Amino acid sequence: MNSIIELGILQVAAAYIFSLIVLVIVKVRGISREKEIIISTIRMTLQLIFTGYVLVYIFENMNPWITVLVILIMEVFAIHNIFKRTKDELSKKMKTIIAGSMAAGTLVSLIFFLFVVIQISPWYNPRYFIPIAGMLIGNSMTGISLGVDRLVDGMNSKKHMVESSLMLGATPKMAAKEIVDNAFDAAILPTINSMVGMGIVFLPGMMTGQILSGTSPVTAIEYQIAIMMGILGSVSLTVILFVQLGYRTFFNDQDQLTLND
Amino acid sequence: MFNFKNVKYKDILDIKDLHIEKNKITCIVGESGSGKTTLLKLFNKLISPDKGKIKYMDKNLRDFDSVKLRREVVMLPQSPAIYEGSVKDNLLIGLKFSEKDEVTQEDSLMKILKEVSLNKNLQDNAEKMSGGEQQRLALGRIILLDPNVYLLDEPSSALDEETEYLVIEKMVDHVRKNNKTLIMVTHTKRIAEEFADNIVEVKKGKIVSSGGVDHE
Repeated sequence: MNSIIELGILQVAAAYIFSLIVLVIVKVRGISREKEIIISTIRMTLQLIFTGYVLVYIFENMNPWITVLVILIMEVFAIHNIFKRTKDELSKKMKTIIAGSMAAGTLVSLIFFLFVVIQISPWYNPRYFIPIAGMLIGNSMTGISLGVDRLVDGMNSKKHMVESSLMLGATPKMAAKEIVDNAFDAAILPTINSMVGMGIVFLPGMMTGQILSGTSPVTAIEYQIAIMMGILGSVSLTVILFVQLGYRTFFNDQDQLTLND
Repeated sequence: MFNFKNVKYKDILDIKDLHIEKNKITCIVGESGSGKTTLLKLFNKLISPDKGKIKYMDKNLRDFDSVKLRREVVMLPQSPAIYEGSVKDNLLIGLKFSEKDEVTQEDSLMKILKEVSLNKNLQDNAEKMSGGEQQRLALGRIILLDPNVYLLDEPSSALDEETEYLVIEKMVDHVRKNNKTLIMVTHTKRIAEEFADNIVEVKKGKIVSSGGVDHE
């Protein structure tokens, strides 16, 4: 029951038929997407093969420096992705706060998760460190991107309300409270929603992967529950740090709103 | 009470000299786009001048804590924000913002509504009221704060002539009775001439005249 079906090269090749089917459909219907489909299929293949070899190397040559380097690369890539994904031009101060919140929030959650919850040994074991860091950083990245958009949009569209509150003697914190709360809510909502549907509407990727590779579903579920809690913690921590510091960038040291008309 | 010396703000305002007296009613008049609202915002540090000096009670405005100053020099914008909730919530939110945790009885709130000629119940939904009603509600909100200085930006722009006169008359009464200072931007000449102790005229960002009014 526990024997895993190893996929041969021909079996993997057969899976490409799905990509071919999509190509035929767009060709027949005259939707000009062939190029993108071909490029994305090739990119996906090459990237995964590359990552596969890198992971094999890292797992076989366990080294704390390599693990730390991989986590650093992941953080930098995630932060860069947030900057690219946000619709509005971000100030330098805002970018620093995003980077700081991402690094602090994800690293604290990661350290707690690996050393208190899973208790990995040695501490830099890449088989645990890398995939779990990937999940925490990836989800926090999505959360903070939503939070940034909501915060910037909110401050711009409710500028008048914020200024009116300042006129009544509110501190910047009071004046921006509603916008900050909305941004936090929008950022953690996808994580909460995915928890609600989990196990019934869909089986999460990590759990599916573990089951397919022969792990008992009970163990897979234990891991899934733990990682979901870790993700929730990491997303919340990152986003709360970001919104609490981020709203201040819209005010100067004289508690004046710095948004231009 | 307020003294401006060579104040410049972007290319909107260029004020050589301006003096606002304590316990008086000052009306700021001028065409739209002349910089009246910007001038009003300088009094409570919603903005700061690029050049020049503003003094409040003989102290440089720069040395005041902005939030504390705004609790003493309260401003009502031309289209004030109405917050989600009832008339009562909207009246009390100013007290919440300025961290004055006084217990306010409902009948004193009703008295304020009367003062601004607003015939509404405390439980009514504030967001469903007309522009003119919201303007009066916001005026009531700042009267409740009982500040030393009132900065009003066209507080009656959404009102008909009769209500406008009535509301301003009561406001002026309140200010005089309680020894407060009122600085008000208005586009209605009649209001300025009738109620102001001093009229300041702004034209293209400059003060073109400033002086007392003779009430005969």
